[in-house]
Amino acid sequence: MGSDSIIEVSDLTKFYRDFPAVNHISFEVKRGEIFGFLGPNGAGKTTTIKILTGLIQPTEGTATIQGKDIRTQIVEIKKTIGVVTEDSNLYDELSVLDNLRFVGQLYSVSEKDREKQIGELLKRFDLESKREAKFATLSKGMKRKVTIAAALIHSPQVVFLDEPTTGLDVLSARILRALIKELKALGVTIFLTTHYIGEAEQLCDRVAILVNGTIKTVETPENLIATTKTKNLEEAFIEITGLKEEIMLVEKEGKR
Amino acid sequence: MFKEEVKGSLYIALKDLKMYYFKPPNLSWGIMFPIVMALAFILRNPSGVKDLASGLIAMSILFAATSAEAIVIVFERRTKTFERLLLAPLSLQAILFGKVIGGVIFGFLMSSIFLVGSVIFLGVPFSNTVFLLVSLVLSAFVFAAFGTLVSMAVKEIFDAMTLANFFRFPMIFLCGVFIPVSALPSFLHPLAYVLPLTYSVDLI
Repeated sequence: MGSDSIIEVSDLTKFYRDFPAVNHISFEVKRGEIFGFLGPNGAGKTTTIKILTGLIQPTEGTATIQGKDIRTQIVEIKKTIGVVTEDSNLYDELSVLDNLRFVGQLYSVSEKDREKQIGELLKRFDLESKREAKFATLSKGMKRKVTIAAALIHSPQVVFLDEPTTGLDVLSARILRALIKELKALGVTIFLTTHYIGEAEQLCDRVAILVNGTIKTVETPENLIATTKTKNLEEAFIEITGLKEEIMLVEKEGKR
Repeated sequence: MFKEEVKGSLYIALKDLKMYYFKPPNLSWGIMFPIVMALAFILRNPSGVKDLASGLIAMSILFAATSAEAIVIVFERRTKTFERLLLAPLSLQAILFGKVIGGVIFGFLMSSIFLVGSVIFLGVPFSNTVFLLVSLVLSAFVFAAFGTLVSMAVKEIFDAMTLANFFRFPMIFLCGVFIPVSALPSFLHPLAYVLPLTYSVDLI
């Protein structure tokens, strides 16, 4: 593994009873890159994120983030990572401001830094007018923005984004993609899962394609398109995941 | 590291107090339920009202410390907000300790209302204040921890309430709140002495 790697995963496996949700996967994520983790539903993307962020324990294998072992140093790791899960996980009853303050407190961000950071995040996400609004009253797009702001409150060096643009309108999704690029420019490493392959092509420096818990390939989008002799990453993804036949079958059925 | 864990626990406790504890349903369990039970007893036996004070205070801690505690984690698991806590750089012990502390503070505050009420309205004398306060805190800790245990054991809020009540209601009658343990049939004595409310009533 290279010295510029910030995440190193080796032979990681997670079994749910006899079912291998993640099956002996190995990859590395370089410092400062946007790494796409792509795969069909049930491929093991969210399970991998849950293992790397300490929500579940792997059955086998190892992983390190900034050289720290996820099995033994997870509390230390959590100080330097931000996580945006697929579902919003903030408190409906609390205001936007109170939610951000609470998360800042959990990360031991000093009051002075916390307030400064909250002010900047609210401004960046265009949420200043909603600071006193209860989280429950926000639109889905705004909730997603606040959830991302909460994940950035402690200035993490690695951010895990699990399906960040799912369910967002075009404008909110665009704003979010611009923000992801902005984070990369600030040197933050992004680990991104998405169902929108076009989004991954647009954003990611490299992508891993996961099928049934195993990694098929890790490459740059350009190299994947070149090696599969396809027009874009979506076609390359279909080729690699073996979805081509299924799609052709669906299209055939549709024409009848 | 230890300092950060303790601070994290306290922030969780304060958040829980704000969000869950000082809400009408929980206040009714903490205040109204012990009052109604006590009134039922007093109407039947008006002369025994002073003897009821310690049991009433212990009962208020039991219900105040467990009512929200037993459902908070179940609720937060359902809304995924417990996941937010698990993602924070805190150990699971620190998170659970924070959950317990919320119940301890609320249980202590509710019991203090009954304590002051017992002194003012019933003229009940309390001699050793420090010992009494320690008793209240210890009792609140035990019952809040019990509530957390219930909350961790089940997946549905309804199941949490059922399981909590399965233990709470028998305790009212077996632990010396209304009837002294010595007046219970002897075969119930071992049961009374494994239930924590017995010790709370004795201490108070």
